[in-house]
Amino acid sequence: MPIPLIQLAGVSKQYGDVRAVDDVTLELEPGEFFALLGPSGCGKTSLMRLVAGFETPDAGRVLIDGRDMQGVPPYRRPVNMMFQSYALFPHMSVERNIAFGLVQQGMAKGYIATRVAEMLRLVKLEGYGARRPEQLSGGQKQRVALARALAPRPKLLLLDEPLAALDRKLREETQFELMQVQRDLGIAFMLVTHDQDEAMAMAQRIALMRSGRIEQIGDARAIYERPASLFAAEFVGEINLFEGEVVQSGEGKFAIVQGGGRIALADDTPLPGPVRIAVRPERMVMSHLRAGSYAEFAGVIADMVWLGDLTVWRVRLSDGRLIRISRSNADAANAAFSRGDQVFVGFEAQSARMLLS
Amino acid sequence: MKPRFSFGMIAILLAGFAFLYVPIGLLILYSFNASRLVTVWGGFSTRWYVELFSNAQLLTSTLTSLEIAFVSASLSVLLGTCAAYALARSGAFAGRTAFFALIYAPLVMPEVITGLALLLFFVAIGIERGFWTVVLAHSTVGMCFATVVIHARLAEFDMTLEEAAMDLGARPIEAFWLVTLPICAPAMVAAFLLAFTLSLDDFVLASFTSGPGSTTLPMRIYSQVRLGVSPQINAISTLMIATVAILLLVARLLTGARAGK
Repeated sequence: MPIPLIQLAGVSKQYGDVRAVDDVTLELEPGEFFALLGPSGCGKTSLMRLVAGFETPDAGRVLIDGRDMQGVPPYRRPVNMMFQSYALFPHMSVERNIAFGLVQQGMAKGYIATRVAEMLRLVKLEGYGARRPEQLSGGQKQRVALARALAPRPKLLLLDEPLAALDRKLREETQFELMQVQRDLGIAFMLVTHDQDEAMAMAQRIALMRSGRIEQIGDARAIYERPASLFAAEFVGEINLFEGEVVQSGEGKFAIVQGGGRIALADDTPLPGPVRIAVRPERMVMSHLRAGSYAEFAGVIADMVWLGDLTVWRVRLSDGRLIRISRSNADAANAAFSRGDQVFVGFEAQSARMLLS
Repeated sequence: MKPRFSFGMIAILLAGFAFLYVPIGLLILYSFNASRLVTVWGGFSTRWYVELFSNAQLLTSTLTSLEIAFVSASLSVLLGTCAAYALARSGAFAGRTAFFALIYAPLVMPEVITGLALLLFFVAIGIERGFWTVVLAHSTVGMCFATVVIHARLAEFDMTLEEAAMDLGARPIEAFWLVTLPICAPAMVAAFLLAFTLSLDDFVLASFTSGPGSTTLPMRIYSQVRLGVSPQINAISTLMIATVAILLLVARLLTGARAGK
């Protein structure tokens, strides 16, 4: 079995009273596109800086290619970073920016020239080599930063909120470009972002972080469909939450949904007790008539938003809670539901996720 | 909106500039006066400039002044860079506020007091006054100016640039040389020029701290004027004004060039 590219084993980092990184253990495979996702202050940036070598862990070990990085400074680590502010050197041309890492490696002049040209081609900036960073647009600066970080052939590229400074349209385009570059070069990428869409769109695996700890690791689908915690369910995508209790009876396991009947559960559902039941908006069922076959609540459509590809309704239940329901507009039945309608909303057992916290 | 100036405002502006610059303008004008009498115009001539260059005393003093200005400005930038680096990079170290205040104090301290203090100090420790005591005196004020100018640049310096350099394989010292220094160089040159100018036209500090053989140009001018104003003085003064103006302009361009963008 090949050794993982990056191994973090019980890594912790404390700033004053704050545990920015708290006992984190994870592994990255070579060539993987990995994302650290979390709200600001969750420790994702600190974790990235620990990998880059700008911070040293208080506890635990960071291994790159199986080598312990204890005491290895940033300038001797085979990882490069693309900074959120890009951090292009303002007094150097685009070419010299890209060549910086290669010059530091002591490469031959001819090789550097070839490699810089290659990088300029990669980020579609041929002909821009002689410009200064201040003469470039935001998107071009971003691409120079990418080229500069990739030029020395790092084993891992760290990307700190790479799209944060771009406008929306450019952001989506750049997402695809980054994925293309990553696939073409086969270099592992570690993306740090607070934007769940960004992480879900680009990364093969996502580590969701909260207060210095990893809440859940998995691919986008796993985190979205099977969130491990209330935090994960709420941070990634929209979610409806219901109170309930898991009970065991002679016929099997059930969840009693407060105010909404009961649903049968698979036998491997964890222990009986009070739970939060989480259901994604697109998994909700809505109808004008009571169906009776699943957990169900009566309510009134409070508002609706037509978004082109889908419609989102918010239904106010009798206890005042708002439930969110979305459906693809390919469904012709959508037209039947409008504001003020008396409806029944609910979910089937397989759509629900039982959460303990 | 384009500001509009009324006739009255322009008049006030001109009066203000006249107050500031007419005396200097007259001095420059009379340096090209053919007459020996300083207050009577006798036609255009550059003879006083020619005579000036055969006045050994004045030339020696000019050379002394330039040497002192160069050494003290260099010293100022060196010390100022260190102080600015400490202020900008060392975080909130104990006594930072006091340090900052101590750096600023000489800027507003009356020169007479600084000069007297230095004189007493040099006498107390038994240093013979001369070239180097003037250099030290000018450096005390010059380094404060240099610190302020360089600190302004370092404070706005984006630290991630150094990190980026290190990330790309540069050792900390290389990152400083290749990235931080070139970006801060204009501020350092500006600081040098400022300190140079300050030293060049200082009279008070120099008269307290200089010794025989280290008479600076402003001191020489002052002592000659007491014996009677020669048009030569106008000529050397004009040259000094030109030098100082050019240096200040360059300093301004260097500090403003990037900030203005």
